[in-house]
Amino acid sequence: MTGFIPHTSGEIMEMLDFLGLSSIEDLFEEIPTSIRLAKGGLNLPEGISEPDVLDTIELYASRNLPISRDLVCFAGGGAYDHDISSATAALSSRSEFTTAYTPYQPEVAQGVLQALFEYQTLVSRLSGLPIANASLYDGASALVEAINLCVAQKKNQTVWMSQGINPSFRAVVNTFSSGTNHEIIEIALAKGVTDWASAPERVPGVIVVGYPNYLGIIEDLASITEFALQNDVRIVIVYDPVSVALLKSPGSLGADVAVAEGQAFGVGLNFGGPYVGLFSTRNEYVRLLPGRLVGETVDSMGHKGYVTTLRTREQDIRREKASSNVCTNQTLIAITAAIQMSWLGKSGLKELATRCYSGTEYLKKQLMESGSAFYPVFGAPTLREFAIKTPIPAEDLVDRMLEEGFLAGIPIRNGFEGSDAEGSLLISVTEKRTAKEIEAFVDALQRVVK
Amino acid sequence: MNKTPKPGGRAGSIPLMDGRVAEPTVFELSVPGRTAASFRTTGIPLKDPSITIPAPLLRERDVEMPEISERDMVAHFTRLTHRQFSVDLGAYPLGSCTMKYNPKFADVAATMPGLTDVHPNQPESTIQGWLELMVTLETYFNEITGMAAATLQPAAGAQGELTGLLIMKAYHSDLGRQRKNVIIPDSAHGTNPASVTLSGFNPITVKSGSNGLVDLEALKSLLDDDTAGIMLTNPNTLGLFEKDILEISRAVHDVGGLLYYDGANLNAIMGIVRPGDMGFDIVHSNLHKTFATPHGGGGPGSGPVAVSQRLAEFLPGPKPSKVGTNHDGSIKYGFINPPKSIGRIHSFHGNAMVFARALAYMKYYGGKGLTEVSQTAVLNANWLRRKISASYPAAHDATCMHEFVASASQLKRETGIRGIDVAKKLLEFGFHAPTVYFPLVVEEALMFEPTETESLQTLQALAGALESIAQLSRTQDGQNEVHQAPTQTPVTRLDETRAARTLIPTYDVSEAMSTD
Repeated sequence: MTGFIPHTSGEIMEMLDFLGLSSIEDLFEEIPTSIRLAKGGLNLPEGISEPDVLDTIELYASRNLPISRDLVCFAGGGAYDHDISSATAALSSRSEFTTAYTPYQPEVAQGVLQALFEYQTLVSRLSGLPIANASLYDGASALVEAINLCVAQKKNQTVWMSQGINPSFRAVVNTFSSGTNHEIIEIALAKGVTDWASAPERVPGVIVVGYPNYLGIIEDLASITEFALQNDVRIVIVYDPVSVALLKSPGSLGADVAVAEGQAFGVGLNFGGPYVGLFSTRNEYVRLLPGRLVGETVDSMGHKGYVTTLRTREQDIRREKASSNVCTNQTLIAITAAIQMSWLGKSGLKELATRCYSGTEYLKKQLMESGSAFYPVFGAPTLREFAIKTPIPAEDLVDRMLEEGFLAGIPIRNGFEGSDAEGSLLISVTEKRTAKEIEAFVDALQRVVK
Repeated sequence: MNKTPKPGGRAGSIPLMDGRVAEPTVFELSVPGRTAASFRTTGIPLKDPSITIPAPLLRERDVEMPEISERDMVAHFTRLTHRQFSVDLGAYPLGSCTMKYNPKFADVAATMPGLTDVHPNQPESTIQGWLELMVTLETYFNEITGMAAATLQPAAGAQGELTGLLIMKAYHSDLGRQRKNVIIPDSAHGTNPASVTLSGFNPITVKSGSNGLVDLEALKSLLDDDTAGIMLTNPNTLGLFEKDILEISRAVHDVGGLLYYDGANLNAIMGIVRPGDMGFDIVHSNLHKTFATPHGGGGPGSGPVAVSQRLAEFLPGPKPSKVGTNHDGSIKYGFINPPKSIGRIHSFHGNAMVFARALAYMKYYGGKGLTEVSQTAVLNANWLRRKISASYPAAHDATCMHEFVASASQLKRETGIRGIDVAKKLLEFGFHAPTVYFPLVVEEALMFEPTETESLQTLQALAGALESIAQLSRTQDGQNEVHQAPTQTPVTRLDETRAARTLIPTYDVSEAMSTD
């Protein structure tokens, strides 16, 4: 036997014998010999033992500078350095959750199904919209699906997308629009908020706004949601799920679809994935919902149970008529997020957001008081993230701050060319950052530009 | 908001105990005023948000999150795991899903702080290990598939399909062609036609012949100047190798089309034959299937896409690459954007932790080991196919690859017992069910994929269980028993019609509808 193949050579002979074959190669006779790989097989290194594999992977790991060891993290931009509860880590690594497939046989998948039902409820409450799906790949894919839903419902492919959306999300939207042929019109920011006055005359089918936006600014959405209502335009709000613990929910602001990156809830930074896309919408759009949906029902004995439902929306039945091709989603990460949200609870979620806010304000205050060359670019209200002007190019500053042991933030460059935010540095403070770290950070900033 | 909280310490919902009580939701276990949260000491005074945030922007009522103690919460989710089947509990022969055992060392690899505690926007100088890991995984993936270059960004197979099709589109556009049609066999995965539509092409269905393979003449009649390409799974969803693949690829290439390989079935052919050598131009794979990264109850997956040399310039960016040499002579890694890139697919770099798992798996097996993986997967499938053929004849009586589609139509005709009944009864024998009613081209389809990690003894027991079900179906009492199955599971057969007609998608709707 090799590795996780349990067969002894005797058993292989026995099985081949049963099939009337003399060698295992005989199983592949249907494959034209001209394309069969030669006996040498794949040109890959020899297999290695488990400890050797772990040493190899550890070697890769050792060539990174992780924030837990080498760097104090002040970067956000959709991926945040939050604490993860030990209970969340333990429960989400239980192998009944990790090694199950999509719940096709609900009688033996009630664990995953009920956890997803609870996740859907949590996302619904957080976003203020009644229908949440069982997750999508990430924030960007959730946004793509939100736009597709709205276009399909409204039958208008013109989309106004605020430049205040995460530039990576915007890039993904533009990539997939080359297939769907949606017309994506980016509306520039001015002084950190979306300049709707610069939008074209023609009324779009869909409007996409960030809340708070990528620069951390809480835009007042009253006028644009009013415009959407007046003109029967669908509105997608891309929200930060921690911030809405304090802010009005996207649903209460009039969102038709609300989407978010859910990494903040119990998911490590993980170099950007796997994360989880939160997706919720109004009742009337449920038949256009992308991905899986879990619903409550009863079994033949009348006991409560859960199934994936409205399957006729999905591509395995609707095939080319489906408005989404999503089947595998991010179930394990959705369950992880549900556990962390439950652990935080009603008061804990609010406290988490308040701590992020308080830390961010503390950093702003330290920057102001230091009389330094660093100051917030815009005066608009922020919650957990803000952009600062830097006396040297932001990229150089980040490099110099590495030497001081800080991941200073994210340079605002791609996707902001020509805007008044270009070249600034996006900084985020989570509940993990202490007063001492913030003070040391401000000191280091002064030092590296001297 | 919850009237009478339920007792968090009662374990009546798990089969070990009574097992018949529904597990309360986390909301029903909540008591106002409770919390599990614990925050570190920061020395930062809490500030009232209304000091800087205008009142109209702030919410008036707190979000109704659960209010549960950590003890009750841990008990609740642990009980849910006792109501969940998984590969770690037993065989999971779910066709098309490659539910093999996931080695535990990959879990260790994926929890190394040097990998997990890295922000996706860190400067390249601080992520050399990650970039090298990704470039190495790409190299392995290219060699296994016989392709020239790959992207790791797609988060799952379906996203990989869409990525590959957008590459196909960009290729034709670059040549100044407006090709409209993508051909798909009628046995294809449902994601294929959906992806084709979303990429702006028209899906054109080609019928399977009586042997379960693409009908070559029918295919040729569909090929013309409007053909952008074809999407094929090989082995196909019937578990059969498309032995005319070279003729298919020649015919498609002759009209200027491209061949897309749906790699959901890659577990059949590693080290035996490569999609690139079959003539494919674009290949996606599901790392969570073939390369044993656990599927997580429906994700995260990872769906890298590899392409031939002429398509490399269209791959998504930013793409990890070797970009130079450091002062000490070591290789320097960075991100590049291919010149005619279709753009970004993922918020960041893809499902990175899945990459670490997949590479660990590939390194463990090496080229020879991966070949044995595929050989044994095919051996297991053929043994099981033959063993159960008397009661459940395969739709096509030919050597299969890593999976096969048996049919319960004979059983249905003789006894009234359908495929779904067989699947449900199998649960009571301690095995997960096969995939039922897919592919659509086979009546009463039961699609089995035992994978290479199941032993001969497990296969014997599985075959024995299937035969017992066939025998039971031959008596009236037995038929009743099979119709009612499963009865030993945490819930019995669920009313799916009711779930769809009276939609209860959240606890809030459930509570509103409850009569107590």
